[in-house]
Amino acid sequence: MISSILQTLPQVLIDGLALGAIYAVVALGYTMVYGILELINFAHGEIFMTGAFVGTSVLLLFQSFGWLGGMPAWISYLLIILIAMMFTGALGVGIERVAYRPLRKAPKLISLISAFGVSFVLQDVVRFIAELKTGNYIVSSHSLFNQRITLGTSSLGSIFGDATIKSNTIIILIVALLLMVGLDLFVNRTRWGVAMRAVAQDRETASLMSINVNKVIVLTFFIGSALGGATGVLFAQQYGTIDPYIGFILGMKAFTAAVLGGIGNIRGAIFGGFVIGILEMFASSNLGILTSGNFGAEYKDVFAFMILIIVLIFKPEGLFGKAVKEKV
Amino acid sequence: MKGKGLAALVLVLGLVAGCGNNGGSSSGPSSSSSSGGASDSASSSGKVIKIATQSPLSGGSSIQGEAIKLGAQLSMEDHREEFSKLGYSLELVPYDDQGDPKKGVANAEQIGADQAIAGVIGHLNSGVSIPSSVVYEKYNIPMISPASTATEFTDRKLKVANRVVARDDFQGPAGAEYAVKTLGAKNIFVIQDKTAYGQGLAEAFRDAAQKAGATIAGYEGITVGEKDFNGVLNIVQSKKPDFIFFGGMYAEAGLIVKQARDKGITAPFMGGDALDSSGMVEIAADDVVGTLYSSVAVDITKSDSGKAWADKYNQKYGKNPEGYSGYAYDSMSVMLAAIKKSIEDNGGKLPARDKIRDAVRATKDFEGVATKVTFDEIGDNSYAKVFIYKFESASYPGNMISEVSQ
Repeated sequence: MISSILQTLPQVLIDGLALGAIYAVVALGYTMVYGILELINFAHGEIFMTGAFVGTSVLLLFQSFGWLGGMPAWISYLLIILIAMMFTGALGVGIERVAYRPLRKAPKLISLISAFGVSFVLQDVVRFIAELKTGNYIVSSHSLFNQRITLGTSSLGSIFGDATIKSNTIIILIVALLLMVGLDLFVNRTRWGVAMRAVAQDRETASLMSINVNKVIVLTFFIGSALGGATGVLFAQQYGTIDPYIGFILGMKAFTAAVLGGIGNIRGAIFGGFVIGILEMFASSNLGILTSGNFGAEYKDVFAFMILIIVLIFKPEGLFGKAVKEKV
Repeated sequence: MKGKGLAALVLVLGLVAGCGNNGGSSSGPSSSSSSGGASDSASSSGKVIKIATQSPLSGGSSIQGEAIKLGAQLSMEDHREEFSKLGYSLELVPYDDQGDPKKGVANAEQIGADQAIAGVIGHLNSGVSIPSSVVYEKYNIPMISPASTATEFTDRKLKVANRVVARDDFQGPAGAEYAVKTLGAKNIFVIQDKTAYGQGLAEAFRDAAQKAGATIAGYEGITVGEKDFNGVLNIVQSKKPDFIFFGGMYAEAGLIVKQARDKGITAPFMGGDALDSSGMVEIAADDVVGTLYSSVAVDITKSDSGKAWADKYNQKYGKNPEGYSGYAYDSMSVMLAAIKKSIEDNGGKLPARDKIRDAVRATKDFEGVATKVTFDEIGDNSYAKVFIYKFESASYPGNMISEVSQ
């Protein structure tokens, strides 16, 4: 039993890291908005989905103009990510302006329902446009990077098997890491970052210190949504197929990751994302072996969420909830 | 000002929705009242026998619905002579069920009220066939479905419900027989999507494969709507199966094939008729090559007589037959043969509907273009086969490579 688990472990870790990186960056969007406004922005999963669609349409557009052959793949990849980030960033700001700002003084429950509404509208608008263009809301595109690399992990010891990794997985890990480090530096080292942290701690006092609270909130939504959009592009490139409903399940899991890490805490969200990703992958690969076939891979989410509940029973503030005082 | 904008948006959305509804409902009555060109040549020679078709002529599956109507119409044209000798003229009455059970049942009531209608060819969707057949049972109108595969359609043992295609629960065993007997698969991994369709198919496949002597290396479930199946595929990889079967829809199947090939899993991959879609090729792209799927519809151009029939169809309607066109043609032929026989048995007069109903059920060894037809006691066709298709290049549809009979 142990040996067969160890055999697949390198592969499970790689797949889990890729999935976890996606969860982590999406979780950042939830955690930032919560940190500033104490609002759970349930539309964030849909922003991620919109990013995936914008990225894919830009890619298809490049393809139809024949630009893809003309420039190195990584430049077009970068361009696509940037365009999707700008689009979803602006979308996030627009959503804040239309759906959340008018309700900022209303009870928290009202803005939560508003978030659900936005999420349904986004799903159906994207579905409508996709169906209009292609006749089918499931959209496929080719990956810019899909070479396979075999890692000789078996040379580490005969108990491990070899693992294969897609080049796009490496790109996901690199881009996710850059985004996370960039955000961390931005929040901790820049004037705007200081302003954000101030607003997160006490909105009214911050506004007395001549901080433009509205601007900070807009900036938070822009950055959070841009991160979500970038992840959407990475996701679309990794799996090749997207539909307007990918945001829901993924958003739920990313939100869970944010809670696990301690909602409002940036490093916690990153950590939580990786934990959920690896747990999920480990469970779906090994549950059958661990329970001698009684519970199969389909119970992976039950397993992952059970761990979450256990952690939250003993540490309700999340893993990083108190260890780091500053919130965003 | 903001409120005004929102109100305008709501108004626009309402308008769009309204248009959609109007478009849908107006197409219904217009097409059901027309008698589809078939009656033009039928001059007022003797009494009229009407046969209705019920299939979606508008909406998402209108291409297949139209094919059913045209297939039935072609058969009627071919038999017009025979019936005019008996002193009857034939008339086709096409109804549009819009793929909607409510519409199908409403049409069925109209059909039941029209005493000149002797039988029904249809429907396409099992979900429409099942409730509508209850109405036909009330009026004793025999129906022959060229396409409905759900087991429940005939399992209720109605006297009127017949079909010429195979049952859903034969697809799994047929796939298993092909995998084990023809491909020699010994170690099979089964994946299912936890839906009624996917799980039923996967379980039927698993049990039949075990009975045929193969071992099941693993039986795992996935969740519909997810995109990452690496977890399950890691198990597949560690079990090293020589065949993978998937019970589920093409959206997940395409991704599983793609991600399996990315991991270097090369075992053949097979699924049910849900993979019979161009979406499968779009999602899996080049990785789709070699993927197998089963279907209840034959590729009619594979046989010489079928090819000649397809040419005739093309000549008449200017398009190639769809998967169910041949079955619709055969359904109509069976229906007309039964009517003719009951007229002859009744001394040249058209008998009551229940006589025709029993004559349809008594059909034995009828040679059609797509299939041979013998109805058993519940209305299933004993000669119905399941056909195995393979994507030999990254293009849709696949190539028919084998057939499995019951």
